[in-house]
Amino acid sequence: MLGSIYALVALGYTMVYGILGLINFAHGEVVMIGAMVAISVVLAIGTGGLPAPIVLLAGVAVSIPACMLLGALLERVAYRPLRDAPRLTALITAIGMSIVLQNLAMIAWGRQYLSFPPLLPNEPHAFLGATVTGTQLLIVALTVSLMGALLLLINRTRLGRAMRATSQSPALAGLMGVDVNRIIMLTFMLGSALAAVAGIMIAGYYGQAHYYMGFMLGLKAFTAAVLGGIGNVSGAMLGGLALGVIESLGAGYIGALTGGFLGSHYQDVFAFAVLILVLVFRPSGLLGERVADRA
Amino acid sequence: MLSVRSLQLGYGAISAVRDLDLEVSPGELVAVIGANGAGKTTTLNGIAGALPVRAGSILLDGEDITRVPVHQRVGRGMSLVPEGRGIFARLTVAENLDMGAYLRRDPVGVRADLARNYALFPRLAERRSQLAGTLSGGEQQMLAIARALMARPRLLLLDEPSMGLAPLVTRLIFDTIRAIAAERVSILLVEQNARAALELAARAYVLESGEVTLSGPSEGLLTSDAVRRAYLGE
Repeated sequence: MLGSIYALVALGYTMVYGILGLINFAHGEVVMIGAMVAISVVLAIGTGGLPAPIVLLAGVAVSIPACMLLGALLERVAYRPLRDAPRLTALITAIGMSIVLQNLAMIAWGRQYLSFPPLLPNEPHAFLGATVTGTQLLIVALTVSLMGALLLLINRTRLGRAMRATSQSPALAGLMGVDVNRIIMLTFMLGSALAAVAGIMIAGYYGQAHYYMGFMLGLKAFTAAVLGGIGNVSGAMLGGLALGVIESLGAGYIGALTGGFLGSHYQDVFAFAVLILVLVFRPSGLLGERVADRA
Repeated sequence: MLSVRSLQLGYGAISAVRDLDLEVSPGELVAVIGANGAGKTTTLNGIAGALPVRAGSILLDGEDITRVPVHQRVGRGMSLVPEGRGIFARLTVAENLDMGAYLRRDPVGVRADLARNYALFPRLAERRSQLAGTLSGGEQQMLAIARALMARPRLLLLDEPSMGLAPLVTRLIFDTIRAIAAERVSILLVEQNARAALELAARAYVLESGEVTLSGPSEGLLTSDAVRRAYLGE
């Protein structure tokens, strides 16, 4: 469940990296803003009259375009002017944008936790020997369909082909008639739309959101992208799911493993232990760079 | 077809091409020969729009395209086959060809052109679902040419198509270029292999350190002492 959210966010990191070679550290903040916007919309409508699914859908319908606009804006204002600058410059800018967005969110929504009204079904069901809630099932089902749609888009459509061509060589793609700036902007918007969905899911699941929530989530999703092989779309999906499982199992068993010395609040340790291990032993990730380029 | 006037190109503080004038008439095959670093590739990139023009103008069918961005020049009938077999290595052969037809909106015509290209290059048909990066050098060059043809260009810009290829493969590529020219596609061919280029082209320009030093009909250049000494190794 958590893993599928990591996977959605990791996709945004990996798509932008694949096309620009840039780690967009502000991506976690896009997730946060997606959650915040959705909560604001839901609270503004109120839970009184309308049925819960309609209210929730309204939040989603506003949040996704808002995040896509934000993604496009980030690309246009912060990253495009630095397209030919050294990578480090763009990376520092990304970290800067992340801080700017956090602070803007703090000003707009305040420092307190916002609570997400309980719109989603939370009664537990027995499913294959495990206990799951309707929300969890919904999140997993939605994530799986979104990923399927994304894979189809990338592998089967003209736009997807242009995105893959641009990620291999923007200069060459331009010679084919591809408007490279447009493709890069669309990539940011696509990643941001997925981020909005992830933000709403996580806020809906935990029932709260906070201006700082994008930071840790962003780092973990980045870890997931690296684990899968950064720049590789299927890798991000696999990495996200794997990281979610590692984290949940780790948090569940750490107490037993350390004789009660460390508790499940050490959950975050696992993601970063994974990041370090991957970077040391397999920097290209699980699915990274399988294909050698000749010539 | 193509008319280039007093073109200036460069990189940073370096001026790579100075005061270049060049004409290609409809259906004509024109060559640009010269040594390594003379500015041949720079010239083609400037014409294709991959490099910003510093001064001068480029006219296609009488229309000034000097400031038209690179991705809009394909739609005007101009395709570049880049140097060093610029193909998308991690796309399949078929996907590379689809990219060549990226701007086209006539699926029927695209399918017909695809069939024609596969007939022209049977090797590509055999390998259509293979990743382009796994092709041999000659096959990659064929793919680059076929991909440019998928845009159905009226002007084809060819950058060093024989580069790094075995003599037999080079001959095959040059035969293909001759066949394309026979279909009334205008061609601007940049080549280091001066003899082969002059035998193929009707007219040629000799580029030296970014400037045109000689130009005229190919037969004249083939027999000119300066060209024979400098480029034909005689």
